[in-house]
Amino acid sequence: MIRLFIILIFMATSAAAVEPDEILSDPALESRARDISANLRCVVCQNEPIDTSNSGVARDLRLLVRERLVAGDTDEQVYDYMVSRYGDYVLFNPPWKSTTYALWLAPFVIALLGGFCVIMVFRRSNVGPEGVATLTADEEDIFADVTKRNTDGTTL
Amino acid sequence: MKRFLIFLPLCVAIVIGLAGWWGLNPDRDPNSIPSALIGQPVPAFDLPAIEGIGGLGLSTQDFGDGSGPILVNVFASWCVPCRAEHAVLTRMVREDNFALLGINYKDKPEAAAAWLTELGNPYGRIGSDETGRAGVEWGISGVPETFVVDANGIIVFRFVGPITSDAALATLRKALAQAGADKS
Repeated sequence: MIRLFIILIFMATSAAAVEPDEILSDPALESRARDISANLRCVVCQNEPIDTSNSGVARDLRLLVRERLVAGDTDEQVYDYMVSRYGDYVLFNPPWKSTTYALWLAPFVIALLGGFCVIMVFRRSNVGPEGVATLTADEEDIFADVTKRNTDGTTL
Repeated sequence: MKRFLIFLPLCVAIVIGLAGWWGLNPDRDPNSIPSALIGQPVPAFDLPAIEGIGGLGLSTQDFGDGSGPILVNVFASWCVPCRAEHAVLTRMVREDNFALLGINYKDKPEAAAAWLTELGNPYGRIGSDETGRAGVEWGISGVPETFVVDANGIIVFRFVGPITSDAALATLRKALAQAGADKS
């Protein structure tokens, strides 16, 4: 009984909106469909993949993904079809092209800038005494003279 | 180097200020999705007429025959904003020079027929899209949505939501005028 319970716990997956009537009989195609729909953004409830969205359009798109897979489309062809209808917006993984360079490169640029600032701050705090200009020979003489007189009790 | 660093806080403040100026602009709608179909020909679809009201269905062949501009309105009887928009569209068809075609999205034919009987039917043709498949071809995310198609069958404008405000009406009229002007 306990063993069954544990097995059931491990079988539990995150809640999906995929309804029983949508699931394909071929497990290989179904798992491809699940992977694809996890990467497609719902256009109604934005920022949620169609795989977990309960909206009507998301269901339509899930069915469409499965229909195309059954018809023999590759994953790429399914993504291309979705992009042709809804634009790059539906992809959670945007393509590398001129309009998305800023999107892809910004994190690295910001990380570089931040790293540069951190290095600058650490270097400044490590400068210590050697960064202070030393006295010239003449100044050393005057300083020695002054200290000597002070310790002798004489004044300038 | 130090002299350069003095300007760093100012630069950061400017960047944050610009981001805020762009992001908090009331005219910017973060939910709006750029339409992939602008500049593309009308997608391939073929819809039957709504049963019970007579009239003609709607398919790709109805576009690009040189007459235009065409306004394609996606509506449904279960959609409350569509009801508000219906009156605006009816008036526009009377006043302006364009063809109004409809796509009845995910609706039961009898419900759609009753709705059109009650409110009047300003549409030249209506395709009944019970499954929502044609809606996907058009890349719609809900109802109502309105497209402007020029005389060559190219989609030139898309409006998401009801055309009830003056601002919405003005942008739509502008798109229609542009689509009409391109023809001549």
